[in-house]
Amino acid sequence: MAPRKAAVIGGNRIPFARANGRYARASNLDMLTTTLDGLVARFGLADERLGEVVAGAVLKHSRDFNLTREAVLGSRLAPSTPAYDIQQACGTGLEATIAVANKIALGQIESGVAGGVDTASDAPIAVNEDLRKVLVALNGARSLSQRLRLLGRLRPGQIVPEIPQNSEPRTGLSMGEHAAVTAREWGVSREAQDEFAAASHQHLAAAYERGFFDDLVTPYLGLTRDDNLRPDSTAEKLARLKPVFGKGEGATMTAGNSTPLTDGAALTLLGSDEWAAAHKLPVLAHFVDAETAAVDYVHGGGAPGARGADHRYGRDGLLTAPVYAVPRLLARNGLTLQDFDFYEIHEAFASTVLATLAAWEDPGFAKERLGLDAPLGSIDRSRLNVVGSSLAAGHPFAATGGRIVSTLAKLLHEKGSGRGLISICAAGGQGVVAILEAAR
Amino acid sequence: MSNDRIRDFSNGALAKRLGVPRVPVLRRYSPGQPLLPGPAFVAGTGRFAEAVAALIVEEGCTVVEEIGEERVAAVVVDLTDATTLDDLAAARAILQPAVRKLAPSGRVLLLGPDPAEAAGVEAAAVAQALDGLVRTIAKEVRAGATANLLVVAAGAAPAAVDSSVRFLLSARSAYVDGQVMRVGVPVGTPQDPPAMDSPTEKPLAGRIAVVTGAARGIGASIADTLARDGATLVVVDIPAAGENLAKVANRTGGVALQLDITADDAPARLVAFLAERFGRADLVVHNAGITRDKLLANMDAERWDSVLNVNLRAQLRITDALLASDLLGDGARIVSVSSQSGIAGNRGQANYVASKAGIIGMVRALAPVVAEKGVTINAVAPGFIETDMTATMPVATREGGRRINSLRQGGLPVDVAETIGWLGQAASGGVNGQVVRVCGQSMIGA
Repeated sequence: MAPRKAAVIGGNRIPFARANGRYARASNLDMLTTTLDGLVARFGLADERLGEVVAGAVLKHSRDFNLTREAVLGSRLAPSTPAYDIQQACGTGLEATIAVANKIALGQIESGVAGGVDTASDAPIAVNEDLRKVLVALNGARSLSQRLRLLGRLRPGQIVPEIPQNSEPRTGLSMGEHAAVTAREWGVSREAQDEFAAASHQHLAAAYERGFFDDLVTPYLGLTRDDNLRPDSTAEKLARLKPVFGKGEGATMTAGNSTPLTDGAALTLLGSDEWAAAHKLPVLAHFVDAETAAVDYVHGGGAPGARGADHRYGRDGLLTAPVYAVPRLLARNGLTLQDFDFYEIHEAFASTVLATLAAWEDPGFAKERLGLDAPLGSIDRSRLNVVGSSLAAGHPFAATGGRIVSTLAKLLHEKGSGRGLISICAAGGQGVVAILEAAR
Repeated sequence: MSNDRIRDFSNGALAKRLGVPRVPVLRRYSPGQPLLPGPAFVAGTGRFAEAVAALIVEEGCTVVEEIGEERVAAVVVDLTDATTLDDLAAARAILQPAVRKLAPSGRVLLLGPDPAEAAGVEAAAVAQALDGLVRTIAKEVRAGATANLLVVAAGAAPAAVDSSVRFLLSARSAYVDGQVMRVGVPVGTPQDPPAMDSPTEKPLAGRIAVVTGAARGIGASIADTLARDGATLVVVDIPAAGENLAKVANRTGGVALQLDITADDAPARLVAFLAERFGRADLVVHNAGITRDKLLANMDAERWDSVLNVNLRAQLRITDALLASDLLGDGARIVSVSSQSGIAGNRGQANYVASKAGIIGMVRALAPVVAEKGVTINAVAPGFIETDMTATMPVATREGGRRINSLRQGGLPVDVAETIGWLGQAASGGVNGQVVRVCGQSMIGA
């Protein structure tokens, strides 16, 4: 059986909430279950057995080892719907979509739900590593004397817990600090970042006003819109904020042009065309293809004398993997960067998007790093993130992919033709990109 | 749902010893319940008596032709052939002993001729006399019993009244009291086949029902009730109410549509949604409504417009769009939620009252138009219904509202829902252009 293209039928997410705010007491399981139930309600899937539900969370409690399956069991879907968790940092949601779309393409399943959830509020806090070792040993102790000896190893300092770090394990730098390096390398100005961030807010607000999200978002815990959204945001207002990433003179990245820590969940419903037709469900778009890439942001380039240290293109930025993934995806599909009607580039930071675009426009980079004769070129910026993105909506890590896939599918459906490009950068120097095309 | 402490107290031992008048606990419907909890006394010489008796027997209940010692759960008198004062006197002779033997939550159901069709002055007078008679019986019977009159058009065949008789005899009509409803020649296919497999348990089986304002309150109860009766639900509410709406949709196994019905493109979006997902709509319930109370002297345009836009303009536009589409087929039903206030007026609610009275005008004007497509349109006008809104009323206002009706209590959202379920059946095609009050025979606006 030749592969077929999976249909994107629709989506659901809860409004995204800034961390330690409206969803402070909601767990990943709460949010994912509610989002799944909202999807079930929107598409009338109560008691339906779907092929598979695939989702994940980046900040995850160990008790949530079977998070997605537990969400299915708590939802109105048939309990006979299988589910599994995946995790690829901020690429989780899109990677989950790829997983479901591929199985549909191969005819292994007829329908599926993909996405993710994250809470930066209800984050897992682990016991102190010293304490953990004592407790593990205590658990294995066989005699009273062994136990007493181990108890004697308990120290007051062990009460300090392990809190999840928003930094790369191999560099110790936060994501923002990494992004600031990339921004400086590509000469992304403060003004450009603020202007870009303001546009994200304005676009998202306008989309809410015209009812675009009426069938993409279901309110949760009294929140009806993303609470990071500032409809009256302007570049002038954002220009007043102090930089928080990068150091000293020339620091450009502020809380306003970076995404905040956010809580939320997003899911996308996919299926075969036949399944959609049998259920009288719309096909908004088809999932065409996807590519992942990773860059080496750890070795080389950094230290004086190391490989590429003096070169402008010497070391890749943490969030620049999509720069590599997209040309490979385009080549495989015989497309150019200009062959798209919509571009959905995840706004981890305004500077990330702008640096990505700059890299695609740069002939030297194309030649030296991408191995291309010519750069991919520039895009029509009026097609970029037309209904806002993470800077305005917020970015619950694993939820962003689902948000973007559903949003882009609806945009393509509204337009009735064309294709869209999704680009999502992820921690660990990874990137996930994909192409959707409007259903005909 | 109902937090009626006076009713609860009045049914206690202490209240009995003190001689406090009892507030009856009404018999309400639950699946599997028999049509009547006891025998029915069926009398009269009209053309319906035999069919009604057969229907009751078919439901597994007994029919008696004489009033004896035993209490009866229902008194049905077919007076459709009454044309003279002698006929009226005969009706008295039948009813007088019968109402004495009516059981708690009993039913008095009269069937009478249409005064507008009466041949002669005396016949018209007699037909109209039944109207006053049934309203009086409703005020005199006790212990949660109700009395209602079906005015039957001369051309209506016996089967035309079946769904109405079922409703008015059953516990589904608990809070419909003292009402006069006209049954004409059925509009559209009188019965749809799946429903007839189980006219009592699943009268809406196989039907696609759209309910606006379904996220909470009466709307949510309508959704629950229609789903219980077999309908597939499309529940609609504003996007901000989506959290509850999703719960209602999943509870009823239906579909949630987040839509601001006042948006310019709302009718088109609703039509497109229904066309894509179902290809038809068999029952449309215009329930969404808001209040923005102010005395007319202080009523600004914003308050006026917001209420009229939600409560009336949206209904007009959506109904127009549905009728222009091919979604409403033969046997489709539209039911609009009006209000007792729309009949009686209410201080501080000029905007709300105008919208709810407007609904009555809309229903009457549309009835003959939609009938040509086999569609009916009716309104229900709830009286005092126990909801979150009435629960927050000042005690005196609430008690006034609750007691000023023949059943001496507020109704429940489900009472409104049951009435809509009856009007929504394909088999209820004889009822068109009517305003059915669900008010326990409230004095307000009567």
